[in-house]
Amino acid sequence: MNASHDYQRVYVWEQPVRWFHWINAVCVIALGATGYLIAHPPGLLNGGEAGDSYWFGTIRFVHFATAYVFMFNFLFRLYWASVGNKYTHWRNFFPISKPQLRQVAAVLKVDILQSSDKAVHTLGHNSVAYFTYMGTGLLTVFMVLSGFALYAPMSDSWFPQLFTWMVPLFGSEQNLRLFHYGALWLFIIFTLIHIYLVFYHDYVEGHGVLSSMVGGWKFMEKDAIKAEEASGISGFPRRKRRPAPAAAPGAKPDPVP
Amino acid sequence: MPTDIAPLPTQRKEETIYEHLLARGVSRREFLSFCAWMGACIGLESSGVAQMVQALETKKRIPVIWLHFQECTCCSESFIRSSHPIVADILLDKISLDYTETLMAASGHQAEKSLQDTIAKYKGEYLLCIEGSVPLAEDGVYCCIGGKTAKSIAEEVAAHAKAVIAWGNCACSGCVQAAKPNPTDAKPIHKIIAGKPIINVQGCPPIAEVMAGVLVHLLTFDAIPQLDNLGRPKAFYSRRVHDTCYRRPNYDAGLFVESFDDENARKGYCLYKVGCRGPSTYNSCGTIRWNGGVSFPIQSGHGCIGCSESNFWDNGPFYQRLPNLPGFPIEGTADQVGLVAAAAAVGGGAPHPGMTNFRQRHGIGEQAGENAEQAEKDHDEKHNGSSDHQS
Repeated sequence: MNASHDYQRVYVWEQPVRWFHWINAVCVIALGATGYLIAHPPGLLNGGEAGDSYWFGTIRFVHFATAYVFMFNFLFRLYWASVGNKYTHWRNFFPISKPQLRQVAAVLKVDILQSSDKAVHTLGHNSVAYFTYMGTGLLTVFMVLSGFALYAPMSDSWFPQLFTWMVPLFGSEQNLRLFHYGALWLFIIFTLIHIYLVFYHDYVEGHGVLSSMVGGWKFMEKDAIKAEEASGISGFPRRKRRPAPAAAPGAKPDPVP
Repeated sequence: MPTDIAPLPTQRKEETIYEHLLARGVSRREFLSFCAWMGACIGLESSGVAQMVQALETKKRIPVIWLHFQECTCCSESFIRSSHPIVADILLDKISLDYTETLMAASGHQAEKSLQDTIAKYKGEYLLCIEGSVPLAEDGVYCCIGGKTAKSIAEEVAAHAKAVIAWGNCACSGCVQAAKPNPTDAKPIHKIIAGKPIINVQGCPPIAEVMAGVLVHLLTFDAIPQLDNLGRPKAFYSRRVHDTCYRRPNYDAGLFVESFDDENARKGYCLYKVGCRGPSTYNSCGTIRWNGGVSFPIQSGHGCIGCSESNFWDNGPFYQRLPNLPGFPIEGTADQVGLVAAAAAVGGGAPHPGMTNFRQRHGIGEQAGENAEQAEKDHDEKHNGSSDHQS
């Protein structure tokens, strides 16, 4: 008869993580849109006196103010990576174990090559996603460093001055500006793929990944949850509890007790 | 201001700067007004001006060796065309210019002897000013004077100098001859000389008043002025041209010149979109301006090209907001590369949803851990089951 889909409801994304995600999303969109306008200001006004308008100044203000939110939000996420639950833990983002790399291969086989239809079931992100977010994290760090370095000469505040060392590293402000702007395109490409893949995984795997970033809950078959925990991936903070004899991570089906 | 200057007195090395000026027919009133003006230029408070007056009254002229390497002499030109007669005077007479290829009367062996004499006589006291970069390729043969390479001359003269002033972009960062592909391997002075204080007076050329200001600062305080992280005097290079630009309100209002012949250009709107480098250039053009405060490039309707910044030739094109992307084909801007990459991502991904439905038709919606055969079997069972039920 029909195999039962014995689902379990798991609280994966804690509230702070969800707040981080959406604040970050709003920041990226705001920074991207204002950043693009700063690089390519449209000729909205072609007449009148300078004193009558300040729209470009406002655009720049939004960019700079949002940058602070973007940075502190990211710093908060870094903090949460050490105190949050195991799915948000920083160790997931570093390729430090063989199971992670095996999972990368498996995910690429399913999602990209489509040579396998055995979807990789994970409660947190899969390892490809974790490493991608490592990349966006580094990109965020670069944007914050380069952005504040470019902002420093316009500010009397001490804070942006901490970043001025970035300029000689890139030769000139003009060069740094180029890279700061070029990275916008990486965010655009990331966002395109990110949104597509969330829909894709929601559809293919049926774990409710799309709604999990709103409510925090994912839904997964009990067997799959067991298999994932046995794999050790996104289970790092709970190392102690990992079974000592460690069934080789080939994940044999557990003998029924 | 004196329009005609008395003929040069015979060299009297021991006279002070002020005495020298008096002998040249400069009145005390003119002398004081010069000090006040110079003080304002280098950002001194009024007590500092008094200090300057005293210094110029009591100090002897300092010996200067001024070397020319790979350069066009526009720095010297800028200096001697300064608006204030005392400014040109200060260089050509007040400091005693003991050696400079382009202006000294001596030539040939006499000139070389004068150089050696000055080094020997004023060891550790003379100021070394350098215009131009130093080529290192082929053992430096691309710039030789009197049979010696620029590198060996610079090292020899700098060894006993009190301080070094690098005039202009060539000496500070190599300017056009160090631009890609830099065939002569031209290097700025700070890459050649070590162990001496070096003041980078940037610009192509630097503003005359800035050059004079640096010299007067050295004369007055016997100390290196405060420098920024690129070795430029902060008094002149701490503000962006953009922040001191009289067209700045147009920028904040979003009023931009779209092309050089449009109505907006005539109205004097901001030149940001036609490549003005004001936002990343540190110089005093917006405040001191050029030719005695008459104008500066932006005021004349042309964007700043960033001539006081390193590698400004390689950050082109000058009439484009962002430089071309290094490593990509000529005219490859960040936007073109970004668009192609985004299009590739979208285009490459377009067949993916369809492929997913086809390739993963067994996996979708089925229980995890089941393989395809099982899924199919389940499917069949389900089908049979339901038909049973119906019958």
